[in-house]
Amino acid sequence: MAQILTAGTPAPDFTLHVTPDQLLTLGDLKGKPMILAFYPADWSPVCGDQVALYNEILPEFRKHGAELLGLSVDGVWCHAAFARDRRLHFPLLSDFEPKGAVARSYGAYREREGVCERALFVLDRNGVIFWSYCSPIAVNPGADGILGALERMEKQESKDDNAQRSGHAA
Amino acid sequence: MTTLNVPVTQRDHAKGPANAPVTLVEYGDYECPHCGLAHPIVKLIHQHFGQRLRFVFRHFPLGQAHPNAESAAQTAEFAGAHGKFWEMHDSLYGNQDRLGLPLYLALAGILELPELELRNALVEGTYVPKVRADFLSGVRSGVNGTPCFFINGVRHDGTYALEDLGAAIEQQLRVSVPI
Repeated sequence: MAQILTAGTPAPDFTLHVTPDQLLTLGDLKGKPMILAFYPADWSPVCGDQVALYNEILPEFRKHGAELLGLSVDGVWCHAAFARDRRLHFPLLSDFEPKGAVARSYGAYREREGVCERALFVLDRNGVIFWSYCSPIAVNPGADGILGALERMEKQESKDDNAQRSGHAA
Repeated sequence: MTTLNVPVTQRDHAKGPANAPVTLVEYGDYECPHCGLAHPIVKLIHQHFGQRLRFVFRHFPLGQAHPNAESAAQTAEFAGAHGKFWEMHDSLYGNQDRLGLPLYLALAGILELPELELRNALVEGTYVPKVRADFLSGVRSGVNGTPCFFINGVRHDGTYALEDLGAAIEQQLRVSVPI
């Protein structure tokens, strides 16, 4: 398994296709907690695969103000067809050319198979990795780790806020 | 190791003795074909282990992928409120390719449940909170697809094939019942 980037590391910026004619830059989304979900491939044969699962849990992520991005090496047209077929309500980014470059920068690329790891990253509002997790490729990691991280991050933010406020008062 | 974060309580639908040495919890979706395939396997498992097993079913409808999963889960809850959860549960899986209001009403008729009340409950969303609570308990426990099984609180990462699931339960029995 690759060595993925860990908590405290600034998330490497990237610009990738989100639709055939639109690009998305991670840096533009600062100010919101972000979830990056790298996964090996579209069209996984099981229902309730990782992507379908996150699609259902999206409202829970958004309760924390977080946005989710899915990333794989599949091409834009493949992503478009997959997203339509599965009625996905979050963007899929295409780490297609140069293949897997973004996944590599996060330590989440499998050279041998030429696909992304099942790697999860939760970024704070400043674009710093707050939590990361790499699952064995055959095991869908679920969403409990992401939700736990979002909750801890919220608690920490409110603690920092309070500290700042009492600092000002002193 | 992924563990069940929300313990089995009175509000769950359970079959088998509460003090059984093994509790098998399934998170399932009535429209998921894999859950449909797992359903007869679970029945065989329950027959085989008898009183040594308690089986609990919780809803995990993947509503975006399966448009009828949510209403089917609510229909099962409605039947549960009238003491016929398992009858409806089996009938829904038995008619998985026909899910929808006409089927729910027909099944209610067969199970002698008040059809009009069922229709109102579905329109008013009476059982939405219960189904949602089940779903969220699954999310927090690391349910990663359906069907997802927990054996004595630990997620079963093997397949739902009879031999896999059976062997995992056997193993728990050996751990929990000293010979």
